[in-house]
Amino acid sequence: MGKTVEQRERVVVRFAGDSGDGMQLVGGRFTDATAVLGNDLATLPDFPAEIRAPAGTIPGVSAFQIHFASRDILTPGDTPNVLVAMNPAALQANLATLERGATIIANEDAFTRRNLEKAGYAANPLDDDGGPLADYRVIRVPMTTLTTRAAEGLEGVGSREAGRAKNLFALGLLSWLYGRPTDGTERWIEQKFASRPAALAANRAAFRAGWSFGETTELLDVQYRVAPATDVAPGTYRQVNGTTATALGLIAASVRSGLPLLLASYPITPASELLHELSRHGGAGVRTIQAEDEIAAAGMALGAAYGGHLGVTATSGPGMDLKAETIGLAAMLELPLVVIDVQRAGPSTGMPTKTEQSDLLLALHGRHGESPLPVLAAATPADCFETAFEAARLAVAYRTPVILLSDGFLSNSSEPWRIPDAASLPQIDPAFAQPPADGAAGEAFRPYARDARGVRPWAPPGTSGLQHRIGGLEKQDASGNISYDPANHATMTRLRAERIARIADELPPLAVEADEDAELLVLGWGSSYGPIRAAVRRVRDRGLKVARAHLRHLEPLPPNVGDVLREFPRVLVPECNGGQLAQLLRARFLIDVRSHTKVSGQPLFAAELEHAILAALDAEVLA
Amino acid sequence: MTAVGAPLAKADFQSDQETRWCPGCGDYAILSAVQSFMPELGIPPERIVFMTGIGCAGRFAYYMDTYGMHGIHGRAPALATGLATTRPDLSIWVVTGDGDALSIGGNHLIHALRRNVPLKILLFNNQIYGLTKGQASPTSERGKITKSTPFGSHDRPFNPLALALGAEATFVARTIDTDRQHLPEILRAAAAHEGTAFVEIYQNCPVFNDGAFEALRDREQGAANRIPLVHGEPIRFGATGERGVVREAGGDLRIADVADVGEDALLVHDAHREDPSQAFALALLADRHRLGGVPGPTPIGVFRAVERPLHGAAAARDPDRAVADAATLDALLRQGDTWTVA
Repeated sequence: MGKTVEQRERVVVRFAGDSGDGMQLVGGRFTDATAVLGNDLATLPDFPAEIRAPAGTIPGVSAFQIHFASRDILTPGDTPNVLVAMNPAALQANLATLERGATIIANEDAFTRRNLEKAGYAANPLDDDGGPLADYRVIRVPMTTLTTRAAEGLEGVGSREAGRAKNLFALGLLSWLYGRPTDGTERWIEQKFASRPAALAANRAAFRAGWSFGETTELLDVQYRVAPATDVAPGTYRQVNGTTATALGLIAASVRSGLPLLLASYPITPASELLHELSRHGGAGVRTIQAEDEIAAAGMALGAAYGGHLGVTATSGPGMDLKAETIGLAAMLELPLVVIDVQRAGPSTGMPTKTEQSDLLLALHGRHGESPLPVLAAATPADCFETAFEAARLAVAYRTPVILLSDGFLSNSSEPWRIPDAASLPQIDPAFAQPPADGAAGEAFRPYARDARGVRPWAPPGTSGLQHRIGGLEKQDASGNISYDPANHATMTRLRAERIARIADELPPLAVEADEDAELLVLGWGSSYGPIRAAVRRVRDRGLKVARAHLRHLEPLPPNVGDVLREFPRVLVPECNGGQLAQLLRARFLIDVRSHTKVSGQPLFAAELEHAILAALDAEVLA
Repeated sequence: MTAVGAPLAKADFQSDQETRWCPGCGDYAILSAVQSFMPELGIPPERIVFMTGIGCAGRFAYYMDTYGMHGIHGRAPALATGLATTRPDLSIWVVTGDGDALSIGGNHLIHALRRNVPLKILLFNNQIYGLTKGQASPTSERGKITKSTPFGSHDRPFNPLALALGAEATFVARTIDTDRQHLPEILRAAAAHEGTAFVEIYQNCPVFNDGAFEALRDREQGAANRIPLVHGEPIRFGATGERGVVREAGGDLRIADVADVGEDALLVHDAHREDPSQAFALALLADRHRLGGVPGPTPIGVFRAVERPLHGAAAARDPDRAVADAATLDALLRQGDTWTVA
């Protein structure tokens, strides 16, 4: 049967099923195949905090969305073109996100009376022509039946094991529909199930059956092609999510500084992934400790830093509250410490698997006393590499705790990453204090004598002749001895603050991408980078003029931020919180920036931001 | 700085900082004993680290001319674990108090003991909060009247040794601040232990809890009330060794007159037993013989010293991890599926 092939510039696919259906697995595999094909892509996993909520219910739905295109893309997509619904709950939970006319590929075997009831459907929506699916193109596929049939006669494969491979059937079908290469997936199946021959046979059969079904069924008469992206810089690429990129950035900083890396963490969603990732890299000199609690994790990282290593601790929202005391100690000791906050929806336990940018002010101010420290935020999954490297570099160079803000969206989302050469990364000089020359014996070491940048010497234990004591008590300038002198405390407070503020001198100025005569600047930070760029592009496509800039360094800010803000009559600051950066900019620069906020546990969407930008421009083109 | 090869002396471990504990504080005696003992280690001062928490004991780090960190309340075992995990070449000593170790830092203490981190933990137990001026501590006895418990403390105190033994610590000992012979002996044994050595030191607070350990510190009373534990020896005490510890038929330990039970009935101390239950029973002995709020005769010495795999870089199964070179990093960055755009 001949099939029509149509070209598409971009496609958004969403796989949705029960938590136990393996949607993240097939979504991840589809992403890998798409990356290797050369499409630009962005992904968004969306899963519940419960490990296995009751099967078939809406709280148990797990989804994975991928946006891929033949041009540079910036977000995982607002509205899917194709929804794969493995059961009624997956359909019910995701229907509202679809655009009209979207394709729904449903596993009709799962639309049983019991499953329909659990999802709140009185009647089967697949049967109901004038019902809730009237505006969509519905393709009913008996995936469970076809998967079971494909596995018939395979040695050691029972019907239960066969049925569980239905996610691979869906993967095979979607791989056919979008012409994804199959050899990589076949290899992946072989490796993944190498130790379980029956599961290997069942999953391979399911994947191939899904592909063949696409080729032969009359339900699908069009196959789509999304050509490789052409507007990408030359180089070698791989797919990374924010977690992997952060881990690699930290390892790279360890290699380029010569400092062994210690990560101490306590399990918490979504930051645990970083502990898992780094725990696999003992071969690269990485040591990890699963600490007894968040406080201990920070303490262990700081203890390692005291010993001359690269100490890192990673956590999410509630863990940051607990680490504050240790971060304060690190600020007082003036030792390098990298603290990674993978932000999630709060307050308190909030929504652990949902994303938010609401820890900015916590990172900046969440400690008692005057304790400024550098704060950085990663913009995209791949950008986590450079930002993590930069966080470690600043920590070492300035002997200070540094907070790196990531979030649930960045840590789980993935995109292509142009791999740098190790040799091209900057060297980081730990500049340890050297033992005194023989003639200098007897002269007391002064642990708080500063260099021109205000940075104190780092003398780890083991350095002969430099024995000294440091601690949380206020210390005398230079000598480091305990001091309660009022003037000295004022001096030390100023010196600590100046040392951090001076970092701005070496930061690149905030770059602005502006249309000529643009009236509006859209200024973002962190993971809103993609949605902001996409929204700005849409607004420009309408012929309107706008400027855009994005902050990586939140403390200290690049030196030209005030000037940039004053260049534009209007400034819009979109962020996934109650307006924290906007508040900061108003306070610091006395500029009445406009705030666009979102706290739904979801990232910003390009469409909503487009409207916010149009509103800020007072544009009358609003549809 | 000391000339190369010259033997170290107590003075090499005395920092130039003026000690600021109250006159008569037991901490002075401990500091002096530790400074005197340090040369015995044969380790140069730059490879010795004192990590402390908050409280009077926390100031200890400032007075040792070694490396030192005065950390935050209760967190010294965590800070020290990070250091010990990465720097097996150092001799790391944690100095803490009853509030620091057993109240705010309880979690870190039990997990350091569980991991068997190569640390020496000295817990100065004075059964009171000193630096915050006299509140009940987790080792204050029931009924104790303090500023925070004007009608007497309601809560049962922790027995630090029982807690450590419950966490199956590999080295558990008790000594007394002013005992110039026993204290160095215990420090020596702790220093020789490879894993976490937990040492409780009864320490007198002359301002807020004076005389708490008088029955043990006083020369005459001490002879009657101290039960010295010596590995491989029958457990007996008193001026002439006239009393001893026996195991009853039901398994409980009891203090008895040697004349009544006979020498052969005395319990022989075995610090190397894998099973910590006998050490646990000895740890509770004084509490079980408490009379009118006063503890009974109290065992001192090494309760338990067993071997167990170490945590971190000192562990045989987990040798030092070298930082990767650029080629290894390049390979790591390129792991998995890659593609090239020309």
